[in-house]
Amino acid sequence: MGLRIIVLAKQVPDTRNVGKDAMKEDGTINRAVLPAIFNPEDLNALEQALRLKEAYPGTTISLLTMGPGRAAEIIREGLYRGADNGYLLTDRAFAGADTLATSYALSMAIRKIKDYDLIICGRQAIDGDTAQVGPQVAEKLGLSQITYAEEITKIDNGKVTVKRRLEKGIETVEGKLPIVITVNGTAAECRPRNAKLVQKYKHAKTSTERKETPGYEELYDARPYLNLAEWSVADVNADTALCGLSGSPTKVKKIENIVFQAKESVTLDSSDEAIDNLMKELIANHTIG
Amino acid sequence: MNNLFVYCEIEDGCVADVSLELLTKGRSLANTLGCKMEAIAIGHDLDNIAPQVFPYGVDTLHIFDDARLYPYTSQPHTAILVKLFKEEKPQIALMGASSIGRDLGPRVSSAAGSGLTADCTSLEIGDHEEKKIGKVYHNLLYQIRPAFGGNIVATIVNPECRPQMATVREGVMKKEIYDADYKGEIKKHNVADYVSDSDFVVTVIDRQMEKSKVNIKSSPIIVAGGYGVGSKENFQMLYDLASVIGGEVGASRAAVDAGFCEHDRQIGQTGVTVRPKLYIACGISGQIQHIAGMQESSIIISINNDPNAPINSIADYVINGTVEDIIPKMIKYYKKNTK
Repeated sequence: MGLRIIVLAKQVPDTRNVGKDAMKEDGTINRAVLPAIFNPEDLNALEQALRLKEAYPGTTISLLTMGPGRAAEIIREGLYRGADNGYLLTDRAFAGADTLATSYALSMAIRKIKDYDLIICGRQAIDGDTAQVGPQVAEKLGLSQITYAEEITKIDNGKVTVKRRLEKGIETVEGKLPIVITVNGTAAECRPRNAKLVQKYKHAKTSTERKETPGYEELYDARPYLNLAEWSVADVNADTALCGLSGSPTKVKKIENIVFQAKESVTLDSSDEAIDNLMKELIANHTIG
Repeated sequence: MNNLFVYCEIEDGCVADVSLELLTKGRSLANTLGCKMEAIAIGHDLDNIAPQVFPYGVDTLHIFDDARLYPYTSQPHTAILVKLFKEEKPQIALMGASSIGRDLGPRVSSAAGSGLTADCTSLEIGDHEEKKIGKVYHNLLYQIRPAFGGNIVATIVNPECRPQMATVREGVMKKEIYDADYKGEIKKHNVADYVSDSDFVVTVIDRQMEKSKVNIKSSPIIVAGGYGVGSKENFQMLYDLASVIGGEVGASRAAVDAGFCEHDRQIGQTGVTVRPKLYIACGISGQIQHIAGMQESSIIISINNDPNAPINSIADYVINGTVEDIIPKMIKYYKKNTK
C-alpha cells in the first residue's frame, strides 16, 4: 500500500543571525538580507514522511513550499533526503502574506496536486512561531488535523495512529485519512543528505533557475525529474485578493525597537569579596535564605 | 452582540489558569470597550464551571456539555465556536496559547476568515488609521508581541475582520478575582445544533496527562541559564545553586534549543512568564523574547562575561565573569553566611 504524502516546508530566515535591516518599512520581513534555512520542524515532518515511505513501499513524497525563487533550495534539500518531487509556489502576489493568506495559497496548490493521503508539516516555523498554518490548511481543505505529533506510529485500513506530545502530557489518537499532521521539533531528527541523491538531484531546477543559467537542454529533457514545478497564483487558480498582503486580515500597525527601562545597576567583579558581599546583602534583605 | 469572548480550557473539571488569566484581562478590556464578557465552556460534566468563572466578571457563560466533547478534539470544538461566533458576532475572542488553543484558534480563524495573532504579550484597546484608504477604526484590539529575532515588538490589528482573535501564553497575564459575588447568566446550548457526528473523526485512544513536575511560575527564586552556560553539564551548577538557595532552574530558548535544559523550564515569550523575587540570569544575553518573560522580577542578577549583554541594562546587579567561576562562589558564600 503506497501512500501519497505532501510535506509542507518553509524556507525561513535563520533567526539566530538577525541583523538590523531585517525588517522592512511596512513591518514585514526583509528576507533578502538573511541567511535562509530549511525550517527545522519541517525537517522533522519530512523524516516522518521518509519513515512511512520505508514502511509502505510505493509511497511518494512531494514537497510543497511557498516563497521567493530561492526557496527552490529547500526542495532540493528534500530531494537529497529522499523526497520524490517538489513544487515551488512563487509569485509577487503571495508576498507579505499572514498565516491565513499563506494557508489559502497552500490549500489551492494542494487542490491542484489533488491526490494525497497525508499532509505533513512542522508544528511551526522559527520566524513566526505561530503554529497556525497547519491547522488552517486543514480547515481550508475540510480535512481533520492532528497537531503536536511526536511519531506517526501506524497506518492501517485508512486510519492513522499518532502519538502527540502536549505541554502537559502524551496522547495517542487515531484519525482517518486524508488528514493533516503537524510534527514537533522533539520528534525524530531528519536523516542527513544521501550522497547518491545529491548526485542525482543537484541540477534539479525550477524554470526560472534554468533561465538564469541556460544550457543542458538535453539533460532536462532526458531526466524530467530534474525539472521542479514552479507555480504562480494563476497556476493554482487562486484569487489574488485572498493572497499576500491583500488577503491578510492582520495588519502590522507598528514596529518598535523596545528600549527597556534601564535600571541603575551595580556592577561587580568576580572577586571572592564581591560575591561574598552580594550574598550577605541578599540574605540581609531576605531575598534569599 | 459584539462582546468579548474567552474560550475556557477545562481539565478534570477545572478551568485552566491560562483561561482565568484571560478572563481577568478580558474583563478589563470589556470595561474599556463598554461591552460584556462572555465565556465558553465545552466538555462534559460542566456544572461546577460557573462558580469558577463568575468571580472573574463573566456576564454570560455558554455551556456545551456532551460526553464526546471531552477530552478535547479539534473539529467538534471548532464547529461549536464557528457557529456560536456566527450567531453572537463577538468583536474579540481570546484563548490560551496552549496545546489546545494553538490547535483550535487557527482552525476557527480560518473558518471565520479572521485574523489571529499568536502568543501576545500584551493586549490593549486603541484606534487605527489605514492611511491608504483614509479610514480610521476605533477601539481595535492591539495585539502586541515580540517579533522576529529580537529588539522588535510588533503591534498587530485586524481592522476589518471579526472576531479579532489572539492567543496568550499561561502566566503572561495576571489572574485576579474581579468580584467574588459577581453573577452572570448561564446559557446551556443543545450540542447537536452545533456539532454533527461527522465532526468526531479523530478519537483519543490513550491519554496520560501529568501535573507539571516543575513549577517555575510560582517559585520565588529562579536561577536561569542561557546559551552562555555552555553545556548540559554546566547546567548542573545552576541546579546546585537553586537547590542550595531554594529556587527553581529556568532557561532561555537558546539553552533549550541547544539541549542544555528541557522545554518545560523555558522562560520567555514561547515559554513561561515569571515574576520571582530574585532572578539570577546566567550566561543569558537577553533577547527581547526572554526579557518579556522575566522583566517583572523584583531583583535581577546578571552573570555574564560580556559586559554589553542587553540583559545587563535591566539588571540590578551585573557580575562580570563566567558562570563556572561565580556560581561555586555563590554557593560557598551562601553556605558560609547562613551557618
